[in-house]
Amino acid sequence: MNKDDFILRAEGVYKSYRMGATEVKVLKGVDLTVKSGEFVAIVGASGSGKSTLLHILGALDSPDKGVVAFDGRDLRRFGGGELNRFRNKMVGFVFQFYHLLDELSVLENVFLPVMVSRSVVGWLFGGRKRARKRAKELLAQLGLGERANHKPYQLSGGERQRVAIGRALMNEPRLLLVDEPTGNLDSATGNGILDVFEELNRAGQTIVMVSHDERIAQRAGRIITLTDGRIKN
Amino acid sequence: MYKIILAFRYLVKRRITYLAVLAVAICVFIVVVVMTVLTGLVIDFRQKNHSFVGDCVVGTESLVGFAYYEDFVKILEQSYFVEGISPVIKSFALVNPVGSERNVGVEIMGIDAVKHSKATGFGKTLYYRKDNVSKAFKPAYDPNLLGCVIGIDLVLERDAKSRYPYGSGPTDIPLAISCFPLNAKGALAKADAGLVKTQTFYYSDNSESGLARVDGSMVYLPFEQAQLLCGMAGPVKRVSAIHIKFKPNVRLEAGCEEVDSLWQSFKREKADEKQAYLLEKVTVQGWKDYRRAYIAAMEKEQTMMTAMFGLVGVTTVFIVFVVFYMIISHKSKDIGILKSIGVSNVNIIILFSGFAFLVGLLGSGVGLFAGWLFLLKINRIEDWLFERFGFQLWDRTIYAIGDIPNQVDAKVLAVIILSAIVACLVGALVPSRQAAKQKPIETLQVTQL
Ligand SMILES: Nc1ncnc2c1ncn2[C@@H]1O[C@H](COP(=O)(O)OP(=O)(O)OP(=O)(O)O)[C@@H](O)[C@H]1O
Ligand SMILES: [Mg+2]
Repeated sequence: MNKDDFILRAEGVYKSYRMGATEVKVLKGVDLTVKSGEFVAIVGASGSGKSTLLHILGALDSPDKGVVAFDGRDLRRFGGGELNRFRNKMVGFVFQFYHLLDELSVLENVFLPVMVSRSVVGWLFGGRKRARKRAKELLAQLGLGERANHKPYQLSGGERQRVAIGRALMNEPRLLLVDEPTGNLDSATGNGILDVFEELNRAGQTIVMVSHDERIAQRAGRIITLTDGRIKN
Repeated sequence: MYKIILAFRYLVKRRITYLAVLAVAICVFIVVVVMTVLTGLVIDFRQKNHSFVGDCVVGTESLVGFAYYEDFVKILEQSYFVEGISPVIKSFALVNPVGSERNVGVEIMGIDAVKHSKATGFGKTLYYRKDNVSKAFKPAYDPNLLGCVIGIDLVLERDAKSRYPYGSGPTDIPLAISCFPLNAKGALAKADAGLVKTQTFYYSDNSESGLARVDGSMVYLPFEQAQLLCGMAGPVKRVSAIHIKFKPNVRLEAGCEEVDSLWQSFKREKADEKQAYLLEKVTVQGWKDYRRAYIAAMEKEQTMMTAMFGLVGVTTVFIVFVVFYMIISHKSKDIGILKSIGVSNVNIIILFSGFAFLVGLLGSGVGLFAGWLFLLKINRIEDWLFERFGFQLWDRTIYAIGDIPNQVDAKVLAVIILSAIVACLVGALVPSRQAAKQKPIETLQVTQL
């Protein structure tokens, strides 16, 4: 199999944080490949660097050393505009801490990725209607149909997480990166969310999910364990 | 679109933004009010000086004066650009109200009331004879007497509301005015009795030029009498100055240059005359140069005040800057989020600049409106303060003004608004640029803690 058949490929990824004089080595040569259509779970203890890895995979952070390639293209080669398009269209990122915009309603937060990729004219004449429709559908699918016009601060942690998922899915990204999707959810809601992911995956969505909970990770097609800054198979 | 929406939401939803708007508003308010009042005072002062002097003065500082002026007046009368010409005697004198022991040193100006009103704004400074300048020196109570027009502050004191308590007509006061006549050599001329020449004049009117210095020391006399008093009325008559007014379409500088060249050739023509040496001390000056000493002092005061309030402005600009820095540091999480969904650095900077622009616009709008309202009512506010608390913003014994000027200058406004907005933009640019340059995850991490 050609190595470019992987949608995502990480090779020898190193990342460390400097805290004054001491250096915290978080990732020490991570190798990882994800095929298109896969549902991969990354598990590991708290502080093992799962979030750090996921940020690097989503081009929100850059590794100190090593290569991350998307569709066979090295992320380091991406220019500024390309990188923005990549973040906007290719990956959907769900943060561990949701990160919604407080000044926007739930619905606006969800369709934001479409809005930012359009000019004012393009948005008002064309984009807007479709985007609202899709955002509403997503919210309904995520069980938040009634909360579209609420503000993020009026929602519970789990509800915010689902809004963040909606936002990540808005542009139908090739790759969905999810950080601890069920960390703040009760098991019923958590299962609901996982059902959504499974369904998306069945429809061909590639998902990389981080979780510290092995049981949740069981729902994924493949589990990768991160220990001591490396992938353990 | 998201930029517009977010910029507006930041403006409306964040309390701290109101602080920024308020800071901008206060800054604009202060600067607008101070600049307007100061500029108004200076413009007013210049206008009064212009009106007092006319456009151009051919004259000498020397108390001896200069001769052959009548010939030069004839030349001026024939020039196409001159509208009014007034030969003037200037000197110092002692005024002694007849029957009293009091002596007051004053400046005297001998003028032909009609000619002087054509060359300067003299006629409009009169009170009783405003509409009948030819009778300025004819007291209403007895037109046959020799009148004199007295600077208003020598006679009346402004009341609390800075108005003069004029009577229905001038009171019958004879004034003995004494001068030391000088001969053409500058020595004391032998006057009738001793060295002093005295003549009695009757109070006929007041002159209110609005220039405190002038109104507090000047007595205007009829031209011929003044010439006699000062010893300038010999066989070769002399004057101190010729005040000139140009036709309306003549530029000041051009007019003065014309007069100067006329004067130079006139001087050459008279070079062989006996008293030609007196012409050497004569200068030709535009009204601004002629009154430069006074105007410069006023302008200096304005510059100083502007600089001081400029400092206030700078402080406020700094506060605006700090407020923005705080707002945007607070919002660095948003910058991280926007970047994580693919918003470019440039667009992030545009977003926050737009937000800053809105704050600047709104703030200067509010400040402007408040300033305008305040200026509109400033005189009434001052009256009220004075009636209630006896407090007067501008002491009228120093500032010879009736009302506080409140004419807002559009150009000044534009500059103020522009600088307010620029201050906001700079305040927003620095932190947003900084935040935009970071990797998305870095800004997100900061606010997690
Ligand atoms: N910006 C940073 N500066 C310094 N250290 C950091 C930074 N970000 C992460 N770390 C450190 O890197 C390590 C890995 O962090 P990371 O967030 O990736 O862990 P995680 O596996 O996601 O943990 P959790 O399961 O608790 O979310 C931690 O020890 C953390 O303290
Ligand atoms: Mg984590």
